[in-house]
Amino acid sequence: MKYNLTHLKELESEAIFIIREVVAQFDNPALLFSGGKDSIVCYHLAKKAFWPAKIPFPLVHVDTGHNFSETIAFRDSLVEKDGAELIVGSVQDSIDQGKVVEETGFNASRNGLQTVTLLETIEKHKFDACMGGARRDEEKARAKERFFSHRDEFGQWDPKNQRPELWNLFNGMKNFGENFRIFPISNWTEMDVWQYILHENIDLPSLYFSHERDVFIREGVIYSDGEFMPKRPEEKIEKRIVRFRTIGDMTCTGAVESPADDLAKIIEEVAATRTTERGTRSDDKRSEAAMEDRKKEGYF
Amino acid sequence: MSDTTGYLDMELLRFTTAGSVDDGKSTLIGRLLYDSKAIFQDQMEAVEKASKRIGGEGEVNLALLTDGLRSEREQGITIDVAYRYFATPKRKFIIADTPGHIQYTRNMVTGASTANLAIILVDARHGLVEQTARHSFIASLLGIKHVIYCINKMDLVEYSQERYEEIKDQLDDFTSKLEINDIRYIPISALFGDNVVDRSKKMDWYGGSTLLYTLETVHIASDANHVDCRFPVQTVIRPQTTEFHDYRGYAGRVAGGVFKKGDEVIVLPSGFSSKIAKIDSFDGEIEEAFPPMSCTLLLEDDIDVSRGDMIVRVNNQPDVSQDHEMMVCWMSTRPLQLNGKYAVKHTSRSARCIIKEIRYKVDINSLHRLEDDKNIKMNDIARITIRTTVPLFTDRYQRNRNTGSIILIDESTNETVGAGMIL
Repeated sequence: MKYNLTHLKELESEAIFIIREVVAQFDNPALLFSGGKDSIVCYHLAKKAFWPAKIPFPLVHVDTGHNFSETIAFRDSLVEKDGAELIVGSVQDSIDQGKVVEETGFNASRNGLQTVTLLETIEKHKFDACMGGARRDEEKARAKERFFSHRDEFGQWDPKNQRPELWNLFNGMKNFGENFRIFPISNWTEMDVWQYILHENIDLPSLYFSHERDVFIREGVIYSDGEFMPKRPEEKIEKRIVRFRTIGDMTCTGAVESPADDLAKIIEEVAATRTTERGTRSDDKRSEAAMEDRKKEGYF
Repeated sequence: MSDTTGYLDMELLRFTTAGSVDDGKSTLIGRLLYDSKAIFQDQMEAVEKASKRIGGEGEVNLALLTDGLRSEREQGITIDVAYRYFATPKRKFIIADTPGHIQYTRNMVTGASTANLAIILVDARHGLVEQTARHSFIASLLGIKHVIYCINKMDLVEYSQERYEEIKDQLDDFTSKLEINDIRYIPISALFGDNVVDRSKKMDWYGGSTLLYTLETVHIASDANHVDCRFPVQTVIRPQTTEFHDYRGYAGRVAGGVFKKGDEVIVLPSGFSSKIAKIDSFDGEIEEAFPPMSCTLLLEDDIDVSRGDMIVRVNNQPDVSQDHEMMVCWMSTRPLQLNGKYAVKHTSRSARCIIKEIRYKVDINSLHRLEDDKNIKMNDIARITIRTTVPLFTDRYQRNRNTGSIILIDESTNETVGAGMIL
């Protein structure tokens, strides 16, 4: 008998360990759930961690109001099927209450505003640990993120003053008002996530699979047409066969042209592809340190 | 292989890289990622752009691939542990990329704490220097089982076999004082890629493996402790539903040994014994549970078990004690306080402790014991004894990393200030 695990089993085991540790160390944890594949995988891992008991924390969705309808439908059916608790933080509410001002112009996005709504939701429900599906391979500022990422009372991340994280000993001690962001799948790559989804037969929103869609092209990025998507006169709607590699808010998520309509084909495509998945995300391209700046302010 | 099934027998190797400031460590990692095609086109374009802006020497600066935070890019140094990922059809790799500066011992300790293997870079022009000694000592102290010395910049010593052998002899001599079982040497040029992924055409005299091949094939399956059964309980699972009315499962991750249904076990600290009724998981019952598997144990008897308890075999028990002797790496700008009180975390157990004695500080360059220097500052390594408020269930660190490691936490700032390895 060989006593070793495959890389996916080892990653799964690590993530389950982290999620259980969160429930043991914190009073009021939550899982940030965007409806994207990474948060869906986190949710699946959380189910495994506490089975046959129910997940002992709610899902929190920060809704920009500009989400794909497929994402929202998927979220609602998943919550209903499993009887999970869902809390929605609404960016529209933050705008209506005058807490944030919406960007204007053709490239306007509510992506940045999410941070304010997220921090408000955390405060309102007094969450002391928010788990999320961020991965270290996604973006260079995330390569130095901890599993247990400490945030001060303003929700800020201080990359130069992170707690050292040794062995499997996670330090979740904090002062009143502070909280943690926790990333159980830190060590997974895009490929690991897809292989795991295939291996575990996990349901995903249809957006990830190739389909025909009304789109327009802006600066080389394929955007979905939709009511929140103002178009310039020269930008024409056309039908293309596309899918999405990541799912964020409609205004900042680009599609890729792809014939991959099942998981096996997506994995082949991911293996052969030469751009990072966030290459379709205009929110990361605003400057070389765009992600670092947003994280410092409290973006997850 | 088809890319959709090959992954089912891939293993995971975690390694750390250490080198002095100009040893070419970032270049080596950039080279591994680049030659194994883990670098994407858009990342490469960003690096090309940045190379031009910073004014590199014409060639694309592979080192820029690994510098994450803005201040690091500006200063051209790495200030924190960064994790990188790449995979070949045989293995998935996690690199803990740690900076080489003198003041960053704590980062190397952090990176090494989860690594199976360490790559230590040695500049072929300089041979064994102080930092090489320090990195080797830390690798040994942190219980890393496999160390690869990459003799780098061979291009700058005309790919000389004689120079390589000379450095290898120096290192052989030095490492005989350390506790590392598996030591290898590879002559490389990270800049030109010799012996990193592809075999060097300029060093015919070298008959060994390339670095990547070594990383793909080094035997790691027996690195974990499969002898001493240790199961720290993380949390108790009680569904309290009609279907699982009396279900009471102890969730945790196996820290040592192999557990099977029917095993006679004892629960620490209560000392109650029972038998394993079932090893459970979402995917069904598990025959044998071994490290680092997360699972849920069910016992035959209804006994009181909670977080921080440890389930072990009756005839193989850890040390149960409030007094612990350890090597500690200090990680805070506030020095270690003799008689000071700290919070501790050990497996799933939390406690407080008092520092009873500082025996000596280690000069990590010469490995000498400094018996008169009890001032333990950031990046120092010392031998200390502590007494904890409750007993901990420990093994020697060199026997089991999971049950031999401990962290000290400053109770006023909640920061992790010390990393302890139990002796």
